[in-house]
Amino acid sequence: MFDSLAELITLAEAQGQPIHEIAIAREVEQSGRDRQTVWELMHNRLLVMRQSTEEGVSRPVESLSGISGGAAWRLWQRLEEGYQPITGPLLSRAIARAMAVNEVNSGMGCIVATPTAGSAGILPGVLLTLQEAYGFSDAQLVNALFTASSVGAVIARRASISGAAGGCQAETGSAAAMAAAAAVELLGGTPRQSGQAVAITLKNMLGLVCDPVAGLVEVPCVKRNAAGAAQCFIAVDMAMAGIESVIPPDEVIDAMARIGRLMDPRFKETAEGGLAATPTGQRLAQMIWQGKPPEELGPA
Amino acid sequence: MPIFDTAMPPAKRQISAFDIIGPIMVGPSSSHTAGAVRLGRLGRAILGAQPERVILGLHGSFARTGRGHGTDRALVAGLLDMETSDPRIRQSLELARDAGMDVVFRIVDLGEDAHPNSVSMVLETGERVVKVIGASIGGGMVEIQAVDEYPIHFTGEQETLLVAAEDRPGTIHVITGLFLHHRLNIAFSRVERKQRGGEAIQVFETDDPIPDVLVEALEDYDWVRWARHIPRLAHS
Repeated sequence: MFDSLAELITLAEAQGQPIHEIAIAREVEQSGRDRQTVWELMHNRLLVMRQSTEEGVSRPVESLSGISGGAAWRLWQRLEEGYQPITGPLLSRAIARAMAVNEVNSGMGCIVATPTAGSAGILPGVLLTLQEAYGFSDAQLVNALFTASSVGAVIARRASISGAAGGCQAETGSAAAMAAAAAVELLGGTPRQSGQAVAITLKNMLGLVCDPVAGLVEVPCVKRNAAGAAQCFIAVDMAMAGIESVIPPDEVIDAMARIGRLMDPRFKETAEGGLAATPTGQRLAQMIWQGKPPEELGPA
Repeated sequence: MPIFDTAMPPAKRQISAFDIIGPIMVGPSSSHTAGAVRLGRLGRAILGAQPERVILGLHGSFARTGRGHGTDRALVAGLLDMETSDPRIRQSLELARDAGMDVVFRIVDLGEDAHPNSVSMVLETGERVVKVIGASIGGGMVEIQAVDEYPIHFTGEQETLLVAAEDRPGTIHVITGLFLHHRLNIAFSRVERKQRGGEAIQVFETDDPIPDVLVEALEDYDWVRWARHIPRLAHS
């Protein structure tokens, strides 16, 4: 894809096209597939995303380990009962949907890893909620996913999208930044404003560690997806108002890469630091690793 | 014997939009679940049939957090020929039982050089047995690292041909002759042997699928113990 957001945005501006057009053209060129095929592949992903949000809010989904589940359903029920959320009608539904996808993921349901399984809730949570509120078509959402993909590809190239390599900032941070660029485009912002939304989102999530209890994609991943959706909303509103990041987007991505490299390995998906190292985190890990020994797996 | 030769770098390739928005997968983990399904699929392809008896040795993080990640069910799902997005993965242990596949899990130690997400698979059907060691190296990508104690490496990202044969002069000439005959371009090849004049396993990766007739033609040679086409892993 592209080595920098500057290159992507400059190209979009020079051609007078939205970022998704540049991203689709690049995918067609790279893959050798025709535009229709590439577009259909992305459309399929949107359908799986929608299915996973609906599954997660319509019933309490329990994870395989049993240490998480049901949060999305609980919030959704409360909203349906008429509770007035202080996050407002949009963000409250976005965070419920974001958690829904991650709960479905930890229950061994089907999801789209965007960019990873652990951060899979943010894009569907944000985009499907904007569709509900503003009436965007599925075609517009598919385009928005291409915009998000081009941002994610730049982050993957310059930094990382893996918690094991860069901490949670690289997973939920990247997902939120991708969603922010896509949301700005949907709302009529310019490619430059999409870039600013990426910068602002990532800045607000720098340094976030990956500290999953028992090494499972559950605690704190489910709620971090809600937080990622919220950070995305904050950045989109700022970028749409013309507020710019003092540090340019590519430099923010590079800062995230350096922070990731310097981050202690205990904070990079090893389940040895942060929340995983708390007494409760340790107790849950013992319960999962040893309390339920591998008899169920068969004789050792 | 350096089974865990880490000298082979992962292929540098262009990032696709679908690497970022995707894969479509059954959770919870791209490495511990989706990657495990793909390792099972490769094991099945190396055996060349659905196994009747299976011993799965979980190493490192696969042993420690595998259960919470459904690694056990994912490996078995792959052995049953499921894709990473198959909703039946969660029920795969029951489905294996129904299909007459006998599965035993063990916790194993493959040594400190082994990748933390490694599995050893002993797969059996009828008279045929293979032992495969593989690792899930991140983001759903996998690597086979040993077959029948031979340290061979392939990722399933290409069409692959494995040939277990006597180590004697002229074998590669015959195999590449068959490739030429079928107009197949070899992207990568490697021979691994335990000792001179013993047996060797040869790995060929190609751009296009390897026809069954080529595999059958190879198996007709008396110096070939077995030959297997490993189809390229699908990207969902």
